[in-house]
Parts: sequence; structure tokens; C-alpha cells
Amino acid sequence: MAGTAETGRDAGADLTLTSVTKRFGGFVAVDDLDLVVEQGQFFALLGPSGCGKTTTLRMVAGLEEPTSGTISIAGKDISRLKPYKRPVNTVFQNYALFPHLDIFENVAFGLRRRGVKDVAGQVAEMLELVELGSFGKRRPNQLSGGQQQRVALARALINRPQVLLLDEPLGALDLKLRRQMQIELKRIQTEVGITFVHVTHDQEEAMTMADTIAVMNAGVIEQMGRPSELYDSPATTFVSNFLGQSNLIKAEVVGRDGDDNVVVDAYGRKLGAPASRARRTDGTVWVGVRPEKVFLARADGRGGTDGGTGSGGNVLDGGTVSDVSFIGVSTQYLVRMPWGQELTVFEQNSGAQDGLRPGDRVDLQWSPAHTFLLDADQDAHAGDETYAALTQGAG
Amino acid sequence: MSSAAPAGVVTGGSVDNDPVPRRRRRRGASTGYLLLLPGLLWLLIFFVVPTIQLTATSLYDPSGSLETGYAMTGSFSNYWQALSTYTGPFLRSLLYAGVATVLALLLAYPLAYAIAFKAGRWKNLMLVMVIAPFFTSFLVRTLAWKSILSDNGAVVNTLQALQILGPDGRLLATSVAVVTGLTYNFLPFMVLPLYASLEKIDLRLVEAGKDLYANGFTSFRKITLPLSMPGLVAGTLLTFIPAAGDYINAELLGTPRQSMIGNVIDSLFLVQLDYPIAAACSVILMLAIVAMVLFYVRRAGTEELL
Amino acid sequence: MTRVGRWVSDHAVMAVAMLVLFYMFLPIFFVVLMSFNDPASRLSYEFDAFTLDNWTSPCTPSGMCGAVVKSLQIGFLSTVGSTLLGTLVAFALVRHRFRGRAATSLLIFLPMATPEVVMGSSLLALFTSAGLSGSLGFWSILVAHIMFCLSFVVVTVKARLAGLDSSLEQAAMDLYANEWQAFWRVTFPLVFPGVLAAALLSFSLSFDDFIVTNFNHGNTITFPMYVWGAAQRGIPPQVNVVGTVMFAVALLLVVLGSVGRRRRPV
Repeated sequence: MAGTAETGRDAGADLTLTSVTKRFGGFVAVDDLDLVVEQGQFFALLGPSGCGKTTTLRMVAGLEEPTSGTISIAGKDISRLKPYKRPVNTVFQNYALFPHLDIFENVAFGLRRRGVKDVAGQVAEMLELVELGSFGKRRPNQLSGGQQQRVALARALINRPQVLLLDEPLGALDLKLRRQMQIELKRIQTEVGITFVHVTHDQEEAMTMADTIAVMNAGVIEQMGRPSELYDSPATTFVSNFLGQSNLIKAEVVGRDGDDNVVVDAYGRKLGAPASRARRTDGTVWVGVRPEKVFLARADGRGGTDGGTGSGGNVLDGGTVSDVSFIGVSTQYLVRMPWGQELTVFEQNSGAQDGLRPGDRVDLQWSPAHTFLLDADQDAHAGDETYAALTQGAG
Repeated sequence: MSSAAPAGVVTGGSVDNDPVPRRRRRRGASTGYLLLLPGLLWLLIFFVVPTIQLTATSLYDPSGSLETGYAMTGSFSNYWQALSTYTGPFLRSLLYAGVATVLALLLAYPLAYAIAFKAGRWKNLMLVMVIAPFFTSFLVRTLAWKSILSDNGAVVNTLQALQILGPDGRLLATSVAVVTGLTYNFLPFMVLPLYASLEKIDLRLVEAGKDLYANGFTSFRKITLPLSMPGLVAGTLLTFIPAAGDYINAELLGTPRQSMIGNVIDSLFLVQLDYPIAAACSVILMLAIVAMVLFYVRRAGTEELL
Repeated sequence: MTRVGRWVSDHAVMAVAMLVLFYMFLPIFFVVLMSFNDPASRLSYEFDAFTLDNWTSPCTPSGMCGAVVKSLQIGFLSTVGSTLLGTLVAFALVRHRFRGRAATSLLIFLPMATPEVVMGSSLLALFTSAGLSGSLGFWSILVAHIMFCLSFVVVTVKARLAGLDSSLEQAAMDLYANEWQAFWRVTFPLVFPGVLAAALLSFSLSFDDFIVTNFNHGNTITFPMYVWGAAQRGIPPQVNVVGTVMFAVALLLVVLGSVGRRRRPV
């Protein structure tokens, strides 16, 4: 189940969590978690606030003790070791730089505690790596947020931990700097080859950087895999909504076709989905498709945004454009279906098509290959934070 | 383009709210008790026990003496006697302390406000100047007021020239001198808490207030003043309590006609050696202050201070 | 707001503030001034003539310098005692969970809310009933001073400690510092300014205390006791020399402290 190790390093499982549970009083923060992070991976734990991802990270760091279960690194059980006995270092959420020490001493802190010789050389080298070579004599409060972030990274990396833990490391940075640091972090990780375990609630951040993402919700891992796997073939409604956006349409499974597609009936329209992407193959299901995979065709046959999905594509007819928002690279359409549901469609602004207006009648078309089927027992809005915010606001 | 939902909506810039109890919660309670023990024992033996002993003393038979010893007779009449004999000093203590507190507030608020919002880079200097009077001795400072307010001093001469004071009028040995001294001596206790709570105010709130009320004074009354309430309450208590028990100012700047309850307690304990009545006066002062503090704090709606 | 209104609000507040500061400094000017006074009579409180004699022979009034030394000794010892005990209590309050927190906080708060005259007389009542009234002196002053300084230390250190991000200690532990190293390398240096402030506060409270001392001093004369006694007979101008020196030393400490902090920001 672990993500494929593409790094080509020796694949000895580096960080292993076995049936790890953490309770705070009656509250189960992490519930019987099993996890393997392979050596040299950039691994992201992704989930909303309170899903247990930070608690998991803190247990690996030794800042929390698991209620039960074991954590081991390179086969060695570390679950009950003090934080300073673990081959693990952490980049804290607010950096936690020591305000009374200068940058040099902050970075040298771990080396000095372990009695390492040649501190100066290593620190200089590490400061070069994070491009802060000339900042050694400054104090943390004299640096910008992005610089502090890099000091925190250097302070942890210099110890050559077997696993580096990053707790929302970019959360305090503004959007532009965050993008820049994502690229930077990825570069450094590739350069040093250390296993990174990165906790974040930002799905774009996770997808940009990580080799493997584990999506966490309510103390358990919902799905784990490569970013594209998770995106194209989500296992649960939570993952389909939390990672990007999805249209989920209720349907009944009616059978199979010759191409090993599961055929479903959604409000009288036949739709197909690859069996490999069907999480349920009988009864009631959610038919899922990403908004950018859908093409809009004018119902009067005058073209529209045209997908050219060809014959055999999935088609939902009878839609009416109810809202159009121009977002620069793409245009977002809301299409009201005859059964009252509003579906979302993104169209590239390639300039080829004439724009649709609210009230225009359209058909939705997409390839069965881009379709996934989920268990209809799951909440269609799970993991949809925009929806949660809106309904909370209304209630 | 995994998602076109604006990042701000999805992430909300939120800090992860994983319930992460601080590590300290799990630290052993025994270490905590060990750290507490010496300090708390000290307070117990030298603050709590004496207070109990004081209360006990206030109930001793007043006919005893230090030489012959006192009998514990539960003489509540001591309280009645203390109150009826020393009504004047009791009332004067509350009056002087009350007036001094109000004056201190009126002086301290603009100062604290200026330090918090107007001082800019002079902020630290002004703060040092506020505590600077503490650097020299309380008694020496109070004696300096004796010089300032002396009969031939510049202050009295000016007031006489302005005919605010009569030609034979004086300040020294009057209630004015005592209240001036009290106000002066406890002013820093008013300024510092006020400054601390003013400084925490987000100036954008005041700006929003000006935007909504469009009037500097109204926005001060509706925004700044309520937000500085904790400092105001703390400051008035820190001024009123020591002022009510003080007797140095009354002694050095006043006459026996200005004597406060502190003077009485001092004299009863140390000169007349009438312990039961003296203790009764102390207990009454303490109870009066506790009652007033509770009443005041409740009225001001800042119970969390206690 | 009108332009005039804005100008007034910008400058009037500052002007009033300056007047208040002037009021606060007026007595200090007089202390310095009177230290150069050559009084016409023992009971004179007015500036009569200029002299440097008070500065060249500060110890002329009998007992005064002895009293200053006594006050310094008591101030030093009670600072050490109260800072030590109070810092421990502050750590317990901020870093440990235990039963009876509310009662503890109340016990810390009460001495600060009790008039000194009540504290002083209570202690005297206790010492008397314990049969110690004849042996009051240095030790009883010290005991009392540690008692009333303690709460101020707790409050000061606690404020500093509560503002300390606990993730700093976690970071230290994450970077191979054991509990002991994390405390001495990270926690203590960061709390130290608070401890220092508490110590300075304790010293000035102790050095300056009159009321509590007055009830429990026996035959020991501290500087405030000396001034009090002298006030009845006539104040020697050398008292103002001591006042001026104290002021100057304290000011110097603050200036040095702030310069030091600017050079090596903590």
C-alpha cells in the first residue's frame, strides 16, 4: 500500500508506525495507525485541522508518547525514547528559533549538544545550503519569515537525522513565498536525500512536494499513494473533496461493458467507469469526475467548449449554465442539472471557444477513463471545507 | 491546477488545531509540589499564621497587658471600641485614599496613554522616568514634599500671590499636603498597569471606532476606555490599598488632626502597647478593604482579576 | 475629526503627560537640591545655603551610614531569598499541574493586596505570642522582607515564563539537549531577564520598606528607620546625599541594562 519507492535508494523501510494510537482523555487523536515511510522519500501527511497529523508527527519526534503501538526507525523501536535520543529532527511550525542565540549558534545547537568537533565548518556549509551564508551573526528576530524558516530547516538538517519532520513549515509564510519555499524544500530534500515527513493542511503544498501523500481524517489514514494516484483515483469522498474538487453524482450500478468498465445509471443516463477505479461495483454509488475533466457542449449542437471525447464518452445532457466565473487561466461554470444538482466544470481559456452565458443549455461530456466510483454510503460533502464553511455560516 | 478553489478558503490560513496538550501537563505533580513547598511554607508561616494570630489577638481580653499576658475571651467588644474611638482616623483613611486614587487616575491616564500611543521611540525612556521615583527612598521622597510645600516655598508663595491661599495660609500640615503626598507616592502603581493594558490595545480597533463613531472622544469612551478597564481596575486597587494603610504621609506632611488609621495602629502597637484594640483596628482595615475590593471588582465586571 | 482636534489630541495628551512626569520628578529635584543644603537650623526644611560638606562627609550624622549598611545587607539577603523561593514557585505554577492551584494563586496574591500596616502588625502579633518580642531584630526584618517580596517575584517571573513558547524547549530536546541542558541552555537564559527584574524589584522593596520593618525591627536600625527617627529631631542633609546616590546608582543600572540589551538583544 505504501507509495512506490521511485528514488532507487536501498528500500529498507525507514520509518514504521505499527498500530499507533494516541488518546487525550476520551478523545482519540490517532486511531490504530499503520504507516511505512520508505527511506529517502518526501512524505506528506495531509489533512484538516484536528485530524491527528500533528499528533502523529509529535509522537515520531518524541514530544508525545503513544498510548499504544510502536514507532521504529530502521527497525529500531524508538516509541519510548526521549526526544534527544532519537535520530529525528523537527522543523517546528513557528520555527521555535532560540531568540537568545544568533543564527550560527542556533544552527550549531544540535552539534554542540552531541559534542561534535568542527562545528564552524559544518554550520557554514549548512548556512550556504539554505543560502544564508552571511547571516550567522544575526539574531532570529532580525530575519524575515522566510529566512527564519530556512534557519529552522538548517538547524534540523545539520544533524543529518534519519528522518526530518516538518510541522506545517510554510504555514506562516505568505502565498508567494510559500510557493518559492516549496520548490526550495524539494531541492534541498533531493540534495540531502534524507527522509522528509511533512505535515500540512495545504493540499497543493503536499502535491507539489511529496512523493507520497497520506490523507488523514479523524485519526485514521483515508488513503495513501502518489499525488496523481490520489487525485485521479480517490478512494473516499473525503479524499475526492479534500484533494481538489469533485463532482459526485448518485447512480446505480447496472453492469459491465466490454472494456471492463462498470456501467451505472445516473438519473436515466448510462455512464461508464474503469473497474480499477471503482471502489464499489454494486448497488448505489457516487459517480465522480474532476471539474477540469468535463467538457461542455451546447445542447443545440453549435459546439460550445467542445471536448472531442468522441463516441463512447460519458454524457450528461439537459444542463443549464447557472453561473460563470472567469479566473484567468480557466473559467469556472456551474451547471444546474435536471435533478437539481449543480455541477462544476473548469474550462481552459485557450481562446478557441466562444464563452457560454448563464441560461445557456449544455451537455456535459467526459471520458469514462476519468471517472471514479465511490461508496454512496459516504457523505458526498466529506472533506469539502468550502461547503462546511458555508453550511456552518448558514446554520 | 488541481483546484481552482481560492487557497484562502480551503486553508483559511488556519493554524493546525490538533489538540496538543502541553508537555508540562504530563510532568510529575511531585516535582511541582517540591518547587512550591519552600515558598508556600514561608507565606503560610509568616503571612497566614500571623493573620490568624492577629485576628485572635483582636479577640483577647483588653484588660490584660504584655507583661501579664492576655486571656482569650472572644471579646468582640474590642471591635466596637476600636470603631467608636477611632471613627475619625478610619473615615479619613478611606477618604484620603479615595481622593488620592481618583487624583492618581486622572494624572496617570494621560501619562499612560501618551507612553503607549504617542511616545514613539521615547517610550522606554518615559517608562524609566515613571519608575525613577522608586529609585530613591520613600521616606526621603516624602520629606522632599515637606520642602516643596514648606511655608516659605515657591508653591505656597505662588498660591498666596494668586490669592488661592490666604496670607497666612499654608499647605504643610493640612489634608491637602497628605493627599498630595499619597497621590505622588502611589502614582507609579497606577501608571504601570494602565500602560500595560493600553499598550495591548490593537490600534486598528481604535481606528475602526473612529470610523464608526467619527468622533475622537466617543471612540475613546466606547473603545479605548473599556479595553483599558483591566489596567484601570488593577491600578486603582494598587493605589487605594496601600494608600488606605499608609501613615508615613500623614505623619510627615500632616498633624495629628490628619492622622489616619495606620497612625493609630502604629501607636497602639508600638507606643500604647494596647494589642487587642490595635489588632481589632488592623482586622477592621483589612475587612473594609476586602469588602470594598470585592464590591468594586464586581461592579467593574472584571472578576477574572482576582 | 477636524485638524485642530487632531492637533490637540496629538499634542495635548503629551503635554499633560509631561506635566505629570514633572510632578513625579519634582521631589527628586528637591532631594538632589537639599543634598547641597547647609540648613540654618536642625528643623529647617528649606534651602538655606549651598555647601558641599554633606557630600564630602556623608557619615557625619551618627548611625546613618551604619543604617545604610544594615539596609544593604537586609536588602541583599532578602533579594536572594525571595528571588530563589519565588522563582521556584513561578516555575511550579507555570510548568506543573497540581491540586490546589487556585488556593496557591490566592495565597500569592493576598500579601500584595494587604496593607503593609496589617502585615507588619500581624507579624508582630505572632512574634509576641511566640515570646520572641524581646529578640526582634535583623532576622525578623529579613523574614518579613522575604515574605512580602516573594509575591512580587512570583508575579514577575511567572509573567516572563508564561510568555515563553514551550516549543523552544521542545526544539532544544529535539536537538539532543537533555532536560538539564534544555533548562540551562534555553529556558533559563530566556527567563533570566524576568528573574533579574524580580531581584531588582525585591531589593528596592526591601531597601525602601518602612512600615513592616517598623513593627518588627527590635533595636535594629535600617536606613528608613533612621530617617523616620531623624524626622522627629530634624533631618540631617546627608540623608539627601544617600537618596541622591541611590537614585543615581539605580538610574545607572537601568541605563547599563538597556545599553547591554541593545548590544546583545535577548
